[in-house]
Formats: sequence, structure tokens, C-alpha cells
Amino acid sequence: MTPHLSPDARQALNRAGVTRRSFLKGSGALVVAFSSAGMMDGLSHVFAQGFNGTGNPQLDSWIAIGRDGIVTAYTGKCDFGQGLYTAQMQLVAEEVGVPFDRVRLVQCDTSITPDQGTTSGQQSHPTNFNHENLALAGATAREALIRMAAARLNAPVSDLVARNGRVEVKATPSRNLAYGDLIGGQRFNLPLDQAAKRRHPSEWTVLGTAVPRVDMRDMVTGRFEFVHNVKVPNMLHGRVVRPPEVGATVSSVDESSIRELPGIVKVVVKGNFVGVVAQKPWQAMQGAERLKVAWTPGPSLSPHADLYSELRKQPARDTLLVDSGDVDAKLKAAPNVVRATYNHPYQMHASMGSSCAVADVQGDKATIWSATQSAFPTRNTSAILLGLKQENIRVVYVRGAGCYGINGADTVSFDAALLSQAVGRPVRVQLSRKDEMAWENYGNAFAIDQRVALDASGNISVWDYEAWSAARGGRPGYNTPGNVVTGFLAGSKPAPFAPRTPAPAPDTPLNNNLNTAPSYIAGRVRDSANGAGVIRSERVLSHRVMSPFFTGPLRAPERLQNTFAHECFMDEVAAHVKADPVEYRLKHLNHARLSAAIRAAAKAAKWEQRPSPRPTRSRTGTVTGRGVACVCYEGDNGFVAMVAEVSVDQDTGRIQVTRLVVAQDCGPISNPDGMRNQIEGGALQGMSRALGEEVTWDDRKITSIDWRSYHSLTLGLAIPAMEIVLLNQTDVDACGSGETSITVVAPAIGNAVFDATGVRLRQVPFTPERVLAALRASSG
Amino acid sequence: MSILTLKVNGRSQQVDVDPATPLLYVLCDDLELRGPKFGCGLGQCGACTVIVNGQATRSCVTPVSAVGSNEITTLEGLGTADKPHPLQQAFIDEQAAQCGFCLSGVILTAKTVLDRNPRATDEQIQQALSGVLCRCFANVRMLKAIRRYAGGRTA
Repeated sequence: MTPHLSPDARQALNRAGVTRRSFLKGSGALVVAFSSAGMMDGLSHVFAQGFNGTGNPQLDSWIAIGRDGIVTAYTGKCDFGQGLYTAQMQLVAEEVGVPFDRVRLVQCDTSITPDQGTTSGQQSHPTNFNHENLALAGATAREALIRMAAARLNAPVSDLVARNGRVEVKATPSRNLAYGDLIGGQRFNLPLDQAAKRRHPSEWTVLGTAVPRVDMRDMVTGRFEFVHNVKVPNMLHGRVVRPPEVGATVSSVDESSIRELPGIVKVVVKGNFVGVVAQKPWQAMQGAERLKVAWTPGPSLSPHADLYSELRKQPARDTLLVDSGDVDAKLKAAPNVVRATYNHPYQMHASMGSSCAVADVQGDKATIWSATQSAFPTRNTSAILLGLKQENIRVVYVRGAGCYGINGADTVSFDAALLSQAVGRPVRVQLSRKDEMAWENYGNAFAIDQRVALDASGNISVWDYEAWSAARGGRPGYNTPGNVVTGFLAGSKPAPFAPRTPAPAPDTPLNNNLNTAPSYIAGRVRDSANGAGVIRSERVLSHRVMSPFFTGPLRAPERLQNTFAHECFMDEVAAHVKADPVEYRLKHLNHARLSAAIRAAAKAAKWEQRPSPRPTRSRTGTVTGRGVACVCYEGDNGFVAMVAEVSVDQDTGRIQVTRLVVAQDCGPISNPDGMRNQIEGGALQGMSRALGEEVTWDDRKITSIDWRSYHSLTLGLAIPAMEIVLLNQTDVDACGSGETSITVVAPAIGNAVFDATGVRLRQVPFTPERVLAALRASSG
Repeated sequence: MSILTLKVNGRSQQVDVDPATPLLYVLCDDLELRGPKFGCGLGQCGACTVIVNGQATRSCVTPVSAVGSNEITTLEGLGTADKPHPLQQAFIDEQAAQCGFCLSGVILTAKTVLDRNPRATDEQIQQALSGVLCRCFANVRMLKAIRRYAGGRTA
């Protein structure tokens, strides 16, 4: 028998009082409809699920209540270390009305959970914590239980309350019925009720509190099961052999070159995909290293030093997000125009653990244990790659090392699947550090031109943004395995690139999903104005060009690069008119929540109101300064402001960040400690990206391939004092909070450096060499 | 292949492996331990850290044959989920992790520093952790947890 659930997942289900048999046969803890025509050991394909990532309209797909009153919930949004597993358990406990310890949660398994697409883009809270999906399922279940109890207790619904796993008569709580007695062992057979009323945050007792993470104890004692720990009987170990250079293709593979090595099971070649399968991990690694493969080189890469000029020379796909039509004329007529160019490099996810997956492909069926953020899409794309039917593939999410977007988890799942298919046995693959870093989907490089015109009173009257960014591939989604390296090497193509110039006029209201637009423009398209700002002459024009490297969402994708340019530029303009950076921002905003976040951060930081740079500053030695930055994340998904304080050693160019103050409004807070953890981690990760991280290459290959050549800050880092102001808003929808603080770090630091030195940093990362060069250029 | 006897977390265990195999793969694959992890395979990040004879050791670059009869302690050897080591308890109290993949490096390195010098200063602790990575950057909480443990021992 092939075990489908990982050992820990099976244990969790057993602890939940749900044996796999009863789970399958429908004890009431049965979630989705299983066909009786079994797949392998009987767990079959799911026909109740949608394939488009839109969840499921049936309550039984989300919530099941056993006879013992244990509530098992099923979610398509996974925890990759951000604490979402615990927060979703809190949500279920709160909405259904049971103690937290009676909730069990099953996440992202294509055979048993709803298809909620990809867990990303700080969308888990908007998706599952508002008025649909998991939250709505909880509310629907609670109201259904109350209706059932009303019939049994012969009492009106309005006299009843659901809490602690029971429905009670409010006036006489001794008259009550336990959930297990009301529904245990049966299906609800109800659709999600759009009218079901969620509990208001003012009534919350579990949600909104700092419930400790349920996985913490196992993590710190070395017992937590990562995908790296998944073991299945008869499992072999694989290692891939990636091309030595970008664009190289296989000319020949000499299988005999490793024939004498112990433990080698098979050399697998499919197009340009090459891998070695062996009995043990070390044997697979030796085999992959010694296998003789002749490669045909691809075209050489343009120099790393020319990145930002090259971006502007390529054929581009142009998009206009907003265009008021008067920008050129107004800029031409304006007496005072300020302009600047900002550059942001490719950066990488660089997960702590190189990515790993286990796949078991036998005949026309497959199971894949994967740390992908996209279980259902991975099922579909694996089917394409393996030539199998998607309903014959099961993808089981098991957590990997923190991913921060599309790290190697998707591609290594394909690696494991291809190798397993070739040997007909389960295969575990873990990438080498170099294969992880040289071939992952990097965060996009950007070159951004900003121009504003100023009116007579020094306010911005025109904002003109134009950017060039490079992309290739991305998330594989439901049908494009070639968007990551393994699919591409095995013969699939990345999403096509179609140049387009000029861009068509914008015709849909600005929603600023990509956060391309600055917060200060009105965002007018036809009759709507969906921006957060007041500037009504506005143009936001993007040129997307082909990247030689795979790219994809990296925590705060594109928002981070654009916000660096917007928030530094806003600071430049404020300095140009000698305005206080906080006041100047507030003046150009028409958004109460973002303005409140800025005021809260400034207040907590005891912001000294004056223009930058600091009026009295030395040209030598160490100087200090403060800077501010803010963003409306995705336009409407989280509002954050940060004040950074830095010291700059003008002799070495070294920046020391001494204090970070963050104020954040993400709607009603599910777990304040979890949110703080995200803000703290995001702030320091943002610091690492601002100060050191940059993908590099020579004329043939990526050269940032380990922790010596890709510069992440370590635990030796001198930590800035950190203060966090949580702005809890209970009468609005929940927003995400995973990608907010990281978005504003580089501009807050850059602005603080300007305040300290009078020198503007316009290119990330702010390495000591770059800071010194900027200081020298200004003094020269 | 050869038969080696390893002392891991207080138990002697025999394994039949190529003596050149790095200790990490023997611990993870042959002995099915979950604490030490492959992060880089280059001794640069700390995810594979175990304690050998009181020293924080990068098991991904240590051949299994080099360990001899020395006592090996992994993260799971320090304490259990029910009875965590006080340093692990401090991490639980501070909720000092996000994905948790780096914890062998963080906890075991901190433990060996404080075992050698219970009064180690913050600077000394951070110096020792300067080769340890946490890519989720839970640094603030981790250092708080380590200080909490250190304070509890010397109080």
C-alpha cells in the first residue's frame, strides 16, 4: 500500500478521531465526495471540487463535526511559517463556537481540501477571514446548528446561543445540545449561506487573541515534519543535473561515467532535464556530480553592470495603468519639474533549506508531497508534465523552509515527479544550494523614471511614472509547467511574451493590484478615481521586457521595487521644496487609513518635524538621520508606515539601522502576536534586501550561488530597536499582513540616509561601496 | 560501505554507510532524525548543526567517520515536546520562529556558547551566531529567547 498521507498527517487525523477508513467511508467527518472507483488504496479522485481556485460552495467541503464534537476544517490556504495554520484554527473555533483545542485543520491536499488556488500575495486573510470561504463556512455551520437545536429544543432561534461546542437556551443554559449530538456523523448537506452572519470582532474570544502557534513546540524540539522529512516505503533519492550555464542545452549524456558508483539506480534524461536516481542521498549527489554531460552553450549574457541600461533597449510589452492625457503638456509648461531614476536588482527567495519534494508515480497514477504554495495548480501542471490525467494525481502539501513566494518548491516537485516516473518507485529530491539559487524564479529587476511638476505653492500637480522591468515564466498556474526551470528543461514553454507598443489606453478602473502606482495619485480612469492620493494629472506606464532568468513572485512582488522608487522620490520632492517629509506626504493623500498609519508611526517615533536633510551635519565621521515611507498595499490590502533611524559611517559607507518604528492597519487582527512576528520578520528581511541582497552573473551563468555570494544578513546582525503600533480596525474587512512591512524598508532607510548625509541612494542594495561612491560623487 | 556505531542522543546505533558520507545524511536518512536539516551543504548556514562533544558542529561537512565514538546531540536530543530543554522552552515562550527550518543552528549554537560561558554578553552571543542564518528573520524573538534562557540560568 502506498501511504498517501504523510505520517504526521495521518497521526493528526487519528488524533482527531478520524481514522482513514471512517474518513473515507463517511462517518460525518467526510468532507468531499469520493468516488467509489478507488485510486490505489481507495482514496479516489474528488469530483466535488472546482478546478479554478474558487473554493467550494458546499459547507461539507469545509467543515465536518464528529460525534465526539471535534470540528475538522479543510482549507486550501497553507501555512509556510507565517502562522496561518493557527490563525485559521482560531477562525474556525470562533465562528463555529467551539474551544480552540477541539478544532482540527487539514490544509491543501488535492484529494480532501477545497481548491483555493495559490496561497500568496497576502491574500489568505482577505480570502478566508471575511465573508466567504472558510469564515463563511464557520458562520453557516453555527447557524445551521442553532436551527437544528431550535427544532429539537422546541425553542425559537432567537432564544439560542452557540458556544463551547453546544447550543444553549440563553435563559436556561442547562437546556442545551452538544454539536456532536446535533450533527456528528452526518453531513450538513447545505450550501455556504451568503447571509450567514459572522461574529463581530467585539464578540471574539479566540480570534483576535495571541494564541500560541500549535506547531511551535514540535519545531523547537526537532519533531516537526517538513517535506524534507517525508519518507515513504521503497523510496529512492534523486539529484538533478542542471545546465552549467544559462541557456545551455544537452548535447550528450555519458551514462557509463557513473556506472561503477555504488547505489546508482538510473540516469534520467528528458530533453534538457537530467537527473540521477540512487539508493541513498549521498550516492545520488556523487552520481550527479560525476555524471559526464556534454552541453551546448547558449547565447552569452549581457554584463551585470549593464543591467539597467539593457532593460530599456529590449522589445517591450507596454501597459498604461492610468493616463489623464495631460501629462506631457503640463510637464512642458511647468516651470519646476523634478526628476529621478531608481534601479532595483533581481533578488531571490533564497530559502533557508534548498527545496525538496517526494513523488510516487506508478503507472497512470501519482502522489506528490510538496511544499508548493499551489497544491491544485501543481496537480494540473504535473499532469501535463507526466502525461497523466489530473484526476489521477494527488498533491499533498507538507511544509518546507520559508518560501517568501515561488522558491524552488514547485520546480523540485516536478523534478521528483519526473524521476519517480522514470524508475516507477517513490523518489525524494532535494536541490543543491547552487541549483536552488542559480535557477529559482527571481524577483524582477526594475529601472524606474519618475517626474513630477510642482505648482506655485510647491505641491505636486503632475506625477509621471515610467518603468522597465524584466520577467520570464512565473508561477506555473494550472497549465504552464514551463514557467519554472524543470518544466522548461523537460520541454514545456514559459508563458508567451508578446511585445506591444504603444500601450492601449487604460479602460478598467485602477485597482493597483501590482502596486505600480504611487499612493499620491488620484488614479482616475474614466469616471472613477481609485487612487489614494490627490494628484490628478497622472501617468503610470510600464514596459515589461524578457528576462534571461526565470522570475516570479518574491515577497511583495513588484510592490517592493516600485515603493522604493515612489517613497524615495516623494522624499526627494519634499526636500526640493523644503517640506517636512511626513507633512508633505499627508498633504498629497486622500486616504484616511494610510494617513492614520503615517501619523501613528510619526507619533511613536517622536518624529522631529523639519525638512531633510538634517540642517547641521558633518561631512566626515558618523552621522545620523531619520526617514519615513508608507504604502497602500495592493491599493486596498493593508496600510503601513515606517520610520527608520540610521547612522552612516561616512568613512566606510556602512549603514547601521538603529531603530524601526512601524504602524500598520490590516483591519481586524486575527492574532496580534502572529502579526507582530510577521512585521518584525518582514522589517528585517527588508533590511537584508535593502542593504545586501543582489543576484549577480557573469557572461554565462549566475554567480550568486551560495551564502558567500548572495549576501543575506545573519543572526549576528545588530538589531535595530523595533517598535510596532498595531492599528486594530474592527468594522472593516481583514487585510493581509505578510508583505506590508517589508515593502517600505528600503525607502525608509534610503530617506534616513539622505537625512543624515544629504546624499540620495537611488539603487538597491545600499552596499558600503555604493554609499561611499554616492558620498564622493556629492562632495566632488 | 562499513558498519559504524554512532552515539546519538544517548543511544548507540549502528549504521552501514560509506564512511565518507557527511554525518547529516546518516542522521536524516539512516536514523530518520528531523532536527538537523540540509540547508546549504557547505557549512554556511547552520541548519545542519548538531553538538559533538560539546561543540556546535556543521554535520553537512563532517564525514561520519570523523565523529568516532563522540556523543552527538541533535535538536530532538535536547528535550522533547512534552519536556523541552529550558532553552527550547524559552523559544516556545517567545514564539521565536516562523518556518522553523533554521532552529538547529540557532538553538544548538546558542546552547554551546552559553554552556562554555553562562555569562556571555549579548555581543558574544551574537558573534557566535554570526554564521547562523534565519531567512524568516525572526532574529528579534530568537535573541530575546536566548537572553531569557541565559538570564534564567545565571539569576
